[in-house]
Amino acid sequence: MGIVEAKNLVHEYITRDEEGNVEGIQVALDHLDLSVEPGQFIAVLGHNGSGKSTFAKHINALLTPSEGTLIVDGMDVNDDELVYDIRQRAGMVFQNPDNQIIASVVQEDVGFGPENLGVPTEQIWERVERSLKSVGMWKYREHSPNKLSGGQKQRVAIAGVMAMEPKCIILDEPTAMLDPDGRKEVLQAVHKLNKEKGVTIILITHYMEEVVDADYVYVMDQGKVVMEGNPRGIFSQVDALQEHRLDVPQITALAHELKNSGLPIPDGILTRQELIDALTKIK
Amino acid sequence: MLRDITLGQYYPADSVIHALDPRTKLFGTLLFIISVFSFDGLLGFGVITLFMFGIIYMSKVPLSFMVRGLKAIVILLLIAGALNLFLTPGQPLVSLWKIVITKEGVKNATLMTVRMIYLIMGTSVMTLTTTPNQLTDGLEKSLRPLSKIHVPVHEIAMMMSIALRFIPILIEETDKIMKAQMARGADFESGGLIKKAKNMVPLLVPLFVSAFRRANDLALAMEARCYVGGDGRTKMKPLVYQKRDLGGYAVVVIYFVIVILIKTLL
Repeated sequence: MGIVEAKNLVHEYITRDEEGNVEGIQVALDHLDLSVEPGQFIAVLGHNGSGKSTFAKHINALLTPSEGTLIVDGMDVNDDELVYDIRQRAGMVFQNPDNQIIASVVQEDVGFGPENLGVPTEQIWERVERSLKSVGMWKYREHSPNKLSGGQKQRVAIAGVMAMEPKCIILDEPTAMLDPDGRKEVLQAVHKLNKEKGVTIILITHYMEEVVDADYVYVMDQGKVVMEGNPRGIFSQVDALQEHRLDVPQITALAHELKNSGLPIPDGILTRQELIDALTKIK
Repeated sequence: MLRDITLGQYYPADSVIHALDPRTKLFGTLLFIISVFSFDGLLGFGVITLFMFGIIYMSKVPLSFMVRGLKAIVILLLIAGALNLFLTPGQPLVSLWKIVITKEGVKNATLMTVRMIYLIMGTSVMTLTTTPNQLTDGLEKSLRPLSKIHVPVHEIAMMMSIALRFIPILIEETDKIMKAQMARGADFESGGLIKKAKNMVPLLVPLFVSAFRRANDLALAMEARCYVGGDGRTKMKPLVYQKRDLGGYAVVVIYFVIVILIKTLL
């Protein structure tokens, strides 16, 4: 049984006029099927408006399905009584680092989740220490979030979720507002949590480079899963990806172009080293 | 320019006053304010002065920080002082053409000015030695009984601390929008008061829109971290009275009794 199981998931945004009559229905999720095994690092790719953020908000029970079921760690998101258990089990990190930090001191913000769960005071401090250390932000515990860089703020946000001891973390475009350095440090932190603490990661993004190290990739378009597989399998289909308005990593694109112009190079090259190896093999 | 404004003028130092529980300081400040507005005569004045400067000395905050707080109200002080000086009827002391200064006027003006200066200096001891977060925590806990009559004490405290967190962010944003509008030819400097106010519209509209968007995001993020209001919440830094707080309460109460005694007996 997977930690996240979506079956036939449908979500419709309904816009109403002033009298409450339905003006239009926009289908954000269209009979989505998806399954995530515990401990995996999953990436969900899609361009803007593909429904990936809507899906992310379902896993955290911030939105409820219009149709279909979504089971998170054995709990149905349609069950109102389980909402807070689900939110504790599946933590969520949002895009804007400024708008998700609540307290004006780093360690107090990390303590916000455990405070809400009613964890006793001494244990809050233990949890805060553990989670700040796990993202390498322990020495900034007394700082004000306003003085931190974007990448550091985002790591604090991840620590804030970790302090609730979730089984699964959903990151909704966590790097969209960061510079390349910030992006790298956030991704490193996330990978470390996945490997060392065994936390299931669902990374929602439109940056292809971030997907290369994932265990499994889903590509979404118009509320549906249109492609799935391991990163290598996905990136070997350059033309199909471009059809869904996604760009492949530069190195993969280069390899693809070289192959199209006649060089004997395999499909799905992901790193610079692989391309170098493939090129040197050509006699 | 806007970023230089410091809010929550906390002055970090290692002193007894800093270490006191915020509830003790709130209570002490309240009694001090009452005493400032009820004292009479030189002896009372002496006791209050001694007490206030004693506390300031103990707080290890340089006196210049308290005086800085006075700068903002200099004009107010002058106006209040002048009105009291010239407009109080009574026994004439000096009379120059139509302006008459009375004995009562001098007394009222001095009293008024001293009271206001002491009020500002005394309360700034509290804001200089207590972080904004401690202050909200202290208020929340002191006012907890009010939640019995359905005053949303926890919610108000939460709003205050969130407001404090977002002030620097919104200031930075104002700065950014101002520069963006100025780059496109907006003029925030010239013109009279009305024209200036009108020119603020292109600044305020985007600022409000963005503030609402931030509020929406923040509410979502708080909900995602299981926030459901004050019930069933534990505290990471619960307020616990220490021995020194007992001393603090004792000192303040004794001081207050002395001031009242002086007033009623003399």
